[in-house]
Amino acid sequence: MSPSDQISIPPEALGHPLIDMLNLHRFIFCPGCLIGTVITSITSCLKERGLTSKDYAIVSGIGCTGRSSGCFKAPAFHTTHGRAIPFATGIKLANPKLKVIVLSGDGDLFAIGGNHFIHAARRNAEITVLCINNNIYGMTGGQVAPTSQIGDITSTTPYGNVEPPFNLVSLAAAAGATYVARWPGYDTLRLQKSIFKCIDNQGFSFIEVLAPCFVQYGSKNRLGDAVEMLEWLKKQVRIKVDWPPHQATFDFKKGIIICGEFVEEEQEGFSKKIEQLRIKAQNKKIDKLIKDSE
Amino acid sequence: MSKARFQEKRILTTGNYACAEGAITAGCLYFAGYPITPSSEIAAYMSRRLPQVNGTFIQMEDELASITSCFGASYAGMKAMTATSGPGFSLMAESIGLGVMLEAPAVIVTIMRGGPSTGQPTNASQSDVYQTRYASHGDYEIIVLAPSTVQEMYDLTIRAFNLSEKYRIPVIVASDGILGQMMEVVNIHSNIELVERKKPQVPPEKYKPFEAFDDDLVPGMAIAGTNYSFYVTGLTHDIEGNPEMTPEAAEVLIKRLCEKIRKARPQINDWEEKHLDDANIVILAYGINARGVPEVVEQARQKGYKVGLVRLKSLWPFPDELMERIGQMGASKVIVCEMNNGMIIREVQRFRHLFMVSGITIPTTIPFSPKFIYEKLMKEV
Repeated sequence: MSPSDQISIPPEALGHPLIDMLNLHRFIFCPGCLIGTVITSITSCLKERGLTSKDYAIVSGIGCTGRSSGCFKAPAFHTTHGRAIPFATGIKLANPKLKVIVLSGDGDLFAIGGNHFIHAARRNAEITVLCINNNIYGMTGGQVAPTSQIGDITSTTPYGNVEPPFNLVSLAAAAGATYVARWPGYDTLRLQKSIFKCIDNQGFSFIEVLAPCFVQYGSKNRLGDAVEMLEWLKKQVRIKVDWPPHQATFDFKKGIIICGEFVEEEQEGFSKKIEQLRIKAQNKKIDKLIKDSE
Repeated sequence: MSKARFQEKRILTTGNYACAEGAITAGCLYFAGYPITPSSEIAAYMSRRLPQVNGTFIQMEDELASITSCFGASYAGMKAMTATSGPGFSLMAESIGLGVMLEAPAVIVTIMRGGPSTGQPTNASQSDVYQTRYASHGDYEIIVLAPSTVQEMYDLTIRAFNLSEKYRIPVIVASDGILGQMMEVVNIHSNIELVERKKPQVPPEKYKPFEAFDDDLVPGMAIAGTNYSFYVTGLTHDIEGNPEMTPEAAEVLIKRLCEKIRKARPQINDWEEKHLDDANIVILAYGINARGVPEVVEQARQKGYKVGLVRLKSLWPFPDELMERIGQMGASKVIVCEMNNGMIIREVQRFRHLFMVSGITIPTTIPFSPKFIYEKLMKEV
């Protein structure tokens, strides 16, 4: 049963300030989870920019965060596992005016969908990717993720995880993302400032949002309930300015998680380049050269 | 339905190029693909042609991305296509189910080659006929067309776009390595009928993405970038798009998704037939392997054997009505010729109460010669 079913008052009657842009009937997240915070942060930014549902599209993959696209009153797409980014790329290229936002989890974006992530970043496709990182597979029952840390106890690593995790910030930067940031999910002010920059960035933007899962990760690793886990996270977060992405440490064992903005570059986006190709292609002389060479 | 006017002309071209040009004619503006023999020329041709018509070509990182990005482009209002061959089609399997569930129009061209696994990349085959039908998991119907000539690579690709827009479903063009690579003359007609998808039939505030008002069971399709808000999901959903995990929801949704295609069988099914009225034996073939059959039929008729011919131009949904008609018209035997270990023959065998069924089903890479089919036929008469 979802939280919205547990209360007899319909969500519309609760007077949520963003009710015009959100569908709270499809809000299925555990009480204490930060996914809702991220959804409202995105929505607040879109609202503040005066963007309406005809200006943007939301795409998600599979998993807990996969279900987040349903909470938006907008063209929202819940796709197959790992394929949110290519779906979003298709939307963006077909209608470059749209702001396309991908909202998905660490397992979806970096295990099964990892290849799409690095290639979309390499192309500098103008999409915003928010990864809600809970360091575990939440919905399927707490299995080890490519972001789980060494020693983590999960359903599929009962003796402790032996695989080192991806550092998502370094990965995104190395793949060519033109905006990269990492924020704890509770820090909505900084997160929203970042989301504004993503909306404005004419290229591939990536934000890693830390959203600990107390149901799966917390319980298995004895980190307490939702509030205790946030306290635990808060103690580790160090906010840095102009910090190089390859030094964006994320280490629960050492108790250090470097947060901040790591990459901010201006580079022409992919759909602009395709636009230029069309001008070239419509030049008869060039077409003749290609034909002659064949 | 709209009519597009083109300059009438005759061109000598390959099957893959004809297919790509057919897509351009049909109004395709988005192509995403990944290189794979023997379909790669379609992508190469599209990379040159699409920017000329203000379209978008993208070579994706794999086939998983290619097909999903086509559905994304489709939901942003573009007619989209991808082309691949067996192994690539396998990778697309999961998302074909997504396309069925989201009811997203798109065209998938598969240039069949030998399999399983890497098989024979440079050779032809008809061994992916089941793959085109049953690739994705779950209960669904799909439309598959099977060209036999380079002309049909052009014509049926246009038809694939029309069917996919009309019924809001991915449509597959199942060709093969020989047809893709060989050259023939193609007539480009001046008048071509193009179908555009059904638009939402109600204003945005009343719109439910999966509410079908018409008898064809096809809902009006909203796209991103308009005033319509909608949520579409690969989860079982109700007409509003809400994920719905009840047994009733599964039944209602799956029945509509399947029924919209089954109902339209008379409009979708397409075949060529000859001498069915007096035929005692009917040879059934499709694709590249059907090209030698007319000669066999004429030779046999000259010798006085009452032989007829059916060449399927659409494979799925299977034309049950045609089989019934063959039975009613008094044929006593149907011989199925296919370049696989027996796929379409099993569909035909469902009608053994009407006629006997035998087959020349060989998992080979070259089409059967008329001489070969004739010799086999003579053992059956």
